[in-house]
Amino acid sequence: MSEANWLTKFPEMERSDLLVIRKGLDGAYKEFSRSYGEIIEGLFDPLLRFLVWFEKLLVTSPWWIIIAVICSIVYSATRSVKLTIGVLIAFVLIGYFGMWENTMRTMSIIFVCTMLSIAIGIPVGILMSRSNRMQSIVTPILDIMQTMPAFVYLIPVVMLLGIGKVPGVIAVVIYAIPPVIRLTNLGIRLVDKEVLEAATAYGANSTQRLLGVQLPLALPTIMAGINQTIMMALAMVVIASMIGVKGLGQPVLKSITNQYFTLGLFNGLAIVALAIVFDRVSQAYGKRTQKHMERAH
Amino acid sequence: MTVPLISIQGLYKVFGTKPKTVMPMVKDGMPKDDILAKTGHTVGLKDINLDINKGQIYVIMGLSGSGKSTLIRHLNRLIEPTEGKIIVDGEDVMELGQKGLEQFRRNRMSMVFQRFGLMPHRTVIENIAYGLTVQGMNKVDRAAKAGEWLEIVGLSGYENQYPSQLSGGQQQRVGLARALCTDADILLMDEAFSALDPLIRSEMQDQLIELQEKLHKTIVFITHDLDEALRLGDRIAILKDGELVQEGAPADILLHPATAYVEAFVKDVNRARALTVETVMKPPAHRITTGTIAEALQQMKTFSKDYGYYCTDDGYQGFLLQTTLEEAAKKDGDKAIEQGLFEDLPHISPDTVLEEIIPESMEANYPLPVVDEDGDLQGNLPRSSLAEVLTN
Repeated sequence: MSEANWLTKFPEMERSDLLVIRKGLDGAYKEFSRSYGEIIEGLFDPLLRFLVWFEKLLVTSPWWIIIAVICSIVYSATRSVKLTIGVLIAFVLIGYFGMWENTMRTMSIIFVCTMLSIAIGIPVGILMSRSNRMQSIVTPILDIMQTMPAFVYLIPVVMLLGIGKVPGVIAVVIYAIPPVIRLTNLGIRLVDKEVLEAATAYGANSTQRLLGVQLPLALPTIMAGINQTIMMALAMVVIASMIGVKGLGQPVLKSITNQYFTLGLFNGLAIVALAIVFDRVSQAYGKRTQKHMERAH
Repeated sequence: MTVPLISIQGLYKVFGTKPKTVMPMVKDGMPKDDILAKTGHTVGLKDINLDINKGQIYVIMGLSGSGKSTLIRHLNRLIEPTEGKIIVDGEDVMELGQKGLEQFRRNRMSMVFQRFGLMPHRTVIENIAYGLTVQGMNKVDRAAKAGEWLEIVGLSGYENQYPSQLSGGQQQRVGLARALCTDADILLMDEAFSALDPLIRSEMQDQLIELQEKLHKTIVFITHDLDEALRLGDRIAILKDGELVQEGAPADILLHPATAYVEAFVKDVNRARALTVETVMKPPAHRITTGTIAEALQQMKTFSKDYGYYCTDDGYQGFLLQTTLEEAAKKDGDKAIEQGLFEDLPHISPDTVLEEIIPESMEANYPLPVVDEDGDLQGNLPRSSLAEVLTN
């Protein structure tokens, strides 16, 4: 009987062995976070200080200044009066329904996460586009980052850094950075070979090729990546609120646990409004940098 | 013998993962297809030896897959050879390091591309100035110089347009201006006019010839179009399957094809348009050089022809018939030969293409005198030679 057992039942590892592995890994990580946690937290200190400062700036500034600044950014990026008025109405409604402070908090964290993602993602994308080996190393990592449930990588981050803004930012960046990396890589690889060859033939060195030809021509694709990154960062707001990031996510979380439908809906709509603003502005800006693509005849 | 400006020596290019290992087979003369089947390597170029002189338009021609574009990319090392040397002005391009190569590309060679290779995000004037931007020239000088070239190629007023707003012909003019703007003495043109409409193409060819008369650059021109090759080339090299089949002056290739392949190639060429008088004419004969009518008659009788071409130290003067001279001799044989005695026979220049002189030649009963720019008699063109060349 015992010989045929493995046919009907999967030959599992002994429960006690598994426990040893789990205990060993958990113990080792706990040990690691206990001895290096503070040093690593120290490394993120400047980021934390910036986050606090920026959030304070948005929250404490008079609401009409913020709305004026946002509307002028929207207008200068899109040159569209209609969109600007739409944004104005959206923000006035957000304020009127009492979500102003949370919206400012969310905006500040999304802004910081997006900037971090761009600052890390574009250089990584450039490196990836330059060597096939780099691409084959980075691509599976990006796959894991996109498919691994966010809660799973929240655990070690929280163990290491506790709950708060910085772990929230790290979680959001991990989730949101893949599109900008992937599309930077793709955009550079898709640059017309003959144009690049022309640059080489005129004696351009690799920096001149990158800054003068590859990045400008890849820009529409990179902008699409940035746009996706912003959208994914916004989608993470609720999950990030579980580890103590303040903002529009927390009321949503509260309404899930307490079944407050209207509260959830209002805050959800505020997130959607933010998403639309970020999306339209970044897309319109991307299009405007491509004005040479329009044909005159 | 002058030293060539560009000398390609024993150039081989094998595409594949381990080209060096395939080289012995290539050198043993194994056919290209066998090497591909056996090793997965493609032989791009095989033992190319070429000399290109300063100031020439050197045309490299072949069908697609013949390796012509690969060859031109070796000159500025956009493609690295598997073996061989490329000497430009005494300097081996293969020995250059990265920095040296960049300097070489910036200052010695510029390139015009088949699909133009313009930067879509830069305006016309910025595109023309691209070579100068790479060199690090300041903005004001750059704009001034690019502006000059913009005017020369006839695109004034288009400074701030983007390439996508221009037609193909205009885009290639920008490409040409960009290449000329760096003042490099060598111009590489990779099928530069192949993507253009026939009419625009011949316009561009005219413009290139016109510019070349002023600039005297050394131009390496790639084409698959024999008519274009014959029209532009001072010398032509024909490539087939990565090997050099024939190299020579255009008329040489047309009149003496080296292999059946070249012969098939040149068969359909419009010879009347491709050949000049010079290549067909007979050496000068029947020259009358004496002063008086009687002496001229005397000289004419030694030719066994009833006509002659009267030349003095100042060059060709006119065409004389025996009958006219005999008439005149009856009156006064000691009189000097004068304007009134000449027959009305047009003379032709040695570098006119045959097509243009067919009507004159058909109307005339005598071989037409060929007279060069200095007024000297270079030869004559009998109708029979013309007919022979054109019908062959």
